[in-house]
Amino acid sequence: MEHHPLLFIVALPFLAGLAAVLLPTDSRTPVTWLAGLTMLACVALTFSLYPAVSTGEPVRYTVEWMPSLGLDFVLRMDGFAWIFAFLVSVIGFLVVIYTRYYISPDDPVRRFYLFFLAFTGSMLGVVLSGSLIVLVVFWELTSISSFLLIGYWHHNQAARDGARMAFTVTAIGGLALLAGVLLIGHIVGSYDLDVVLASGDLIRSHDYYVPALLLVLLGALTKSAQFPFHFWLPNAMAAPTPVSAFLHSATMVKAGVFLMARLWPVLSGTPEWFVILGLAGMASLVLGAYLAMFQHDLKGLLAYSTISHLGLITMLLSLGSPLGAVAAIFHMLNHATFKASLFMAAGIIDHETGTRDLRRLSGLFRFMPITGTLAMVASAAMAGVPLLNGFLSKEMFFAEAVETHADSWVDRIAPYAAVLGSALAVTYSIRLIHSIFLGAPPESFPRQPHEPPFWMRFPVMLLVAACLVVGIIPGLTVGPFLHVAVASVLGDATPQYSLAVWHGVNLPLAMSVAALVAGAVLYLLIGDYLERAESAPLLGRLNGQRIFEQAMVAVSWRWARIVEDLFGTRRLQPQMRLLVAAAVAAGAVPLLLSGIAFGPFGTPDLAFAGLWCVGMGCALFAAYQAKFHRLAALAMLGATGLVTCTTFFWLSAPDLAATQLVVEIVTTVLILLGLRWLPKRSESLLERGGLWDRVRRARDLAIAVLAGIGMTLISYAVMTRAPGETIAGFFLDKAYSEGGGRNVVNVILVDFRGFDTMGEITVLGIVALTVFALLRRFRPAPDTIQRPEQQLIQRSYDEAEPDRRADATASDYLYVPSIIMQWMFPVVIVLAAYLFLRGHDAPGGGFAAGVAMAAGFILQYMAAGTVWVEDRLRILPVVWIGGGLLIAALTGAVPILLGDAFLTSYFQYVDLPLLGKVPLASAALFDLGVFSLVVGATVLMLIAIAHQSIRRLRAARQEEERQLEERQAWS
Amino acid sequence: MELTLAIAIGVLTGSGVWLVFRPRTYQLVIGLSLLSYAVNLFIFSMGRLRMGAAPVLGADGVANPADYADPVPQALVLTAIVIGFATTALLLVVLLVSRGLTGSDHVDGRESR
Repeated sequence: MEHHPLLFIVALPFLAGLAAVLLPTDSRTPVTWLAGLTMLACVALTFSLYPAVSTGEPVRYTVEWMPSLGLDFVLRMDGFAWIFAFLVSVIGFLVVIYTRYYISPDDPVRRFYLFFLAFTGSMLGVVLSGSLIVLVVFWELTSISSFLLIGYWHHNQAARDGARMAFTVTAIGGLALLAGVLLIGHIVGSYDLDVVLASGDLIRSHDYYVPALLLVLLGALTKSAQFPFHFWLPNAMAAPTPVSAFLHSATMVKAGVFLMARLWPVLSGTPEWFVILGLAGMASLVLGAYLAMFQHDLKGLLAYSTISHLGLITMLLSLGSPLGAVAAIFHMLNHATFKASLFMAAGIIDHETGTRDLRRLSGLFRFMPITGTLAMVASAAMAGVPLLNGFLSKEMFFAEAVETHADSWVDRIAPYAAVLGSALAVTYSIRLIHSIFLGAPPESFPRQPHEPPFWMRFPVMLLVAACLVVGIIPGLTVGPFLHVAVASVLGDATPQYSLAVWHGVNLPLAMSVAALVAGAVLYLLIGDYLERAESAPLLGRLNGQRIFEQAMVAVSWRWARIVEDLFGTRRLQPQMRLLVAAAVAAGAVPLLLSGIAFGPFGTPDLAFAGLWCVGMGCALFAAYQAKFHRLAALAMLGATGLVTCTTFFWLSAPDLAATQLVVEIVTTVLILLGLRWLPKRSESLLERGGLWDRVRRARDLAIAVLAGIGMTLISYAVMTRAPGETIAGFFLDKAYSEGGGRNVVNVILVDFRGFDTMGEITVLGIVALTVFALLRRFRPAPDTIQRPEQQLIQRSYDEAEPDRRADATASDYLYVPSIIMQWMFPVVIVLAAYLFLRGHDAPGGGFAAGVAMAAGFILQYMAAGTVWVEDRLRILPVVWIGGGLLIAALTGAVPILLGDAFLTSYFQYVDLPLLGKVPLASAALFDLGVFSLVVGATVLMLIAIAHQSIRRLRAARQEEERQLEERQAWS
Repeated sequence: MELTLAIAIGVLTGSGVWLVFRPRTYQLVIGLSLLSYAVNLFIFSMGRLRMGAAPVLGADGVANPADYADPVPQALVLTAIVIGFATTALLLVVLLVSRGLTGSDHVDGRESR
């Protein structure tokens, strides 16, 4: 894979974030250096690509991901992406410096930088994506990492709420964006940005244009906090101030307008685009500025101002005119610089005085003149004062607002909305400066204010300097970069534009002057009122936040409760009924709709029918008697199992028959071992229930009968019809030639589908360990702790007879069978070995052999008792399990070393002494792993249960001895 | 023969379902075992019923697929049998532990009503 600077720009922040976590907890300075150098590296890498980008050809880097689906990991940098990547990494770098002084040593700094770097990487990913799908992935990553950043002070309720709200709104938008992107991909036939950007006419004329547009805009408007989704942004203020400075300037909210500008060539220019974005932008511009005036929290004021400025950008993009797009891109840059510096200044003020409340702050200029000056210049840029960068883009905005683009009422009110929004911006900018820095200082601040350390102020100075330089000599500074960016978005449509400060006396200038004067006058008139107002008047119930919260309560609480009340139960039986009834219905609907067709009646076989008469009778008896006659029901279950086993044998499945037979044995033993812990028959359960009980039983019976009839119909229909084309032929054909075995079932298990088997034996091992773990802390019910009644009777008999040992009856009553069972031990082992060895060529194999081996062990337990066996035989089931898994995995892994795929098998015939010619496939080694694991798992489960009785016995014996001692002590 | 097995599958399913609806834990264990027989037979029968055609090839290893039963459902069922034993064991132990904790062998851990 070729290493490419683009890949590094995106990957470095993520890697650095991981590295940050690995640093020691108290490494404040190293982690800051790490983050800072990472951001510097991103700046340098971005810069190194400028010569290539400035030629007009995008730089691309592609990694094939799923080429068959047309999905590739594409990074792409053109002028527009370049200027954004530059902005993100430079401001990111400044934020790192600033954070060093802002964040308290008590806060977990590593975590901050992890989130911060992940967020930066995601944002760089968004701007550098060369494929819409990749863009959406990074887009969602910014949602997630910004959620973590906003909720960084997670002990703070406001931070948690703000983070959750931001995430909910932007992630829902992200999902909509994904749907929109899929629609665009469907229209264009590719997700590649270059292809999409070249297909504007195709997209705009397509039937799906409007849905795709709505979905994409939903994503963009939620991200950019545009009306009516603006409410999350002020709540995100609970984030640490460096985060706010980053999120509000170059990243997060800019992602929305970035996307709109990115897709501007293909989506814009239609009435829908114009109306939706025009209205959203205008509403955000005016509403944001209006609400900003009334904020008492300094950061709140800046947050609403962000909404307003992004509204301005959205409005510019809505116009669909190239000059509007130029102004939008220019304003994105300008807003990023002055807003980042203002947030950092706000953080300094908060940090040095202990408050951000505009009503409590006053006269700060005499305490921090430098910071004050910087904040004033930045505010002036925000207000659009001449000789600052904000003025230039605002002039372009006015010029565009005046132009008529698509004659409608939206178009006609645009100039007035523009002037109104700008005038309000002037008012809140003046308020910010006036109430913080001017006037008489209050009697006391929460902290005695003074200038911050130089390096905390440094980022602000740099950004304010940028505002000034761009504002005074735009053509010499930002000009060429802006031109490359604009040309990459607009292509041939790039218009002539002038960045000059002075264009002569014209209408935009008049509008600027009008806005400045009106804003200043407005502040003079209502400045005092703003200080006192509790909240913004005239808006009434139009509160997006409250609507959002009500919707959240409805979805996550009320509706959830309704669904839970309807379907939820803590009782198992209703759940099972619902499940089975749903399954029956799901099977019945297609049968009823399309009918069922049977093939010709097969060959009748009386013996087979007789066999199953027994089998069905046993099953019905087990079903009928399982409540009270447990042992009988178990015997009947076993009989049904044997009939099933015979059926497998009868119908050409010897492997299944062998496996079923040995499994039947261990299952019966298992349930027998469990029986001891079940309660005695309770007479109260014998009572017939009332009418409701009978109705319930009738309903259960009806569902059971329906399920049975359904299964009969379906299986009969399938069995009587000729099979279509199956894959059986492939396996039969290749089993010997490629798997080296003649038992096709075994070859499928250990070779063709070896990976499945690997998974299955892993599950088996996990289940066995779970059983073992559950039983380690097993506390039986009180009524089953004592010895079983039968043993007590036998014991009292032994005690009554003077010449008998205690427990002689219990140990001797199966004396002959137990001797035989002990003799059988080697026989069973040989049988298991036989089943295993012949498995590849004849019925048998690891599963059957493993269970047979386990049955051999458990026979010893039954014959001689747990204590006797455990004294003589050390079975280490966990070693068998682990060994089995290791053998299987290593057998699978060896081919990787030889350059083949996992679990590739090799085979050869080998002459073994005594046994003759034996096929030795590496699959047989894998089968050995299966065998070992099956032995271990089966034995572990059986022994774990069997062991409980002696544990209980010991406990019971200790209890008896304790009581005996007490009695002796008394007497 | 097909009809016999189809009816058998139906009866096993019905018995199993009936037991799964019952309140005692032991009934649940037996019921699930019966259901697993039914399901195994059902999957097995998807390969159609053949007699005397086990999928074990002759010495030369060359096969005419039409002469042999379908090995694929058999391979599926074989692991299902062993896994079925494991899950039965797990269910049994969970129910025993639950009975130890709650003192009741009702599936909900306490008597209804």
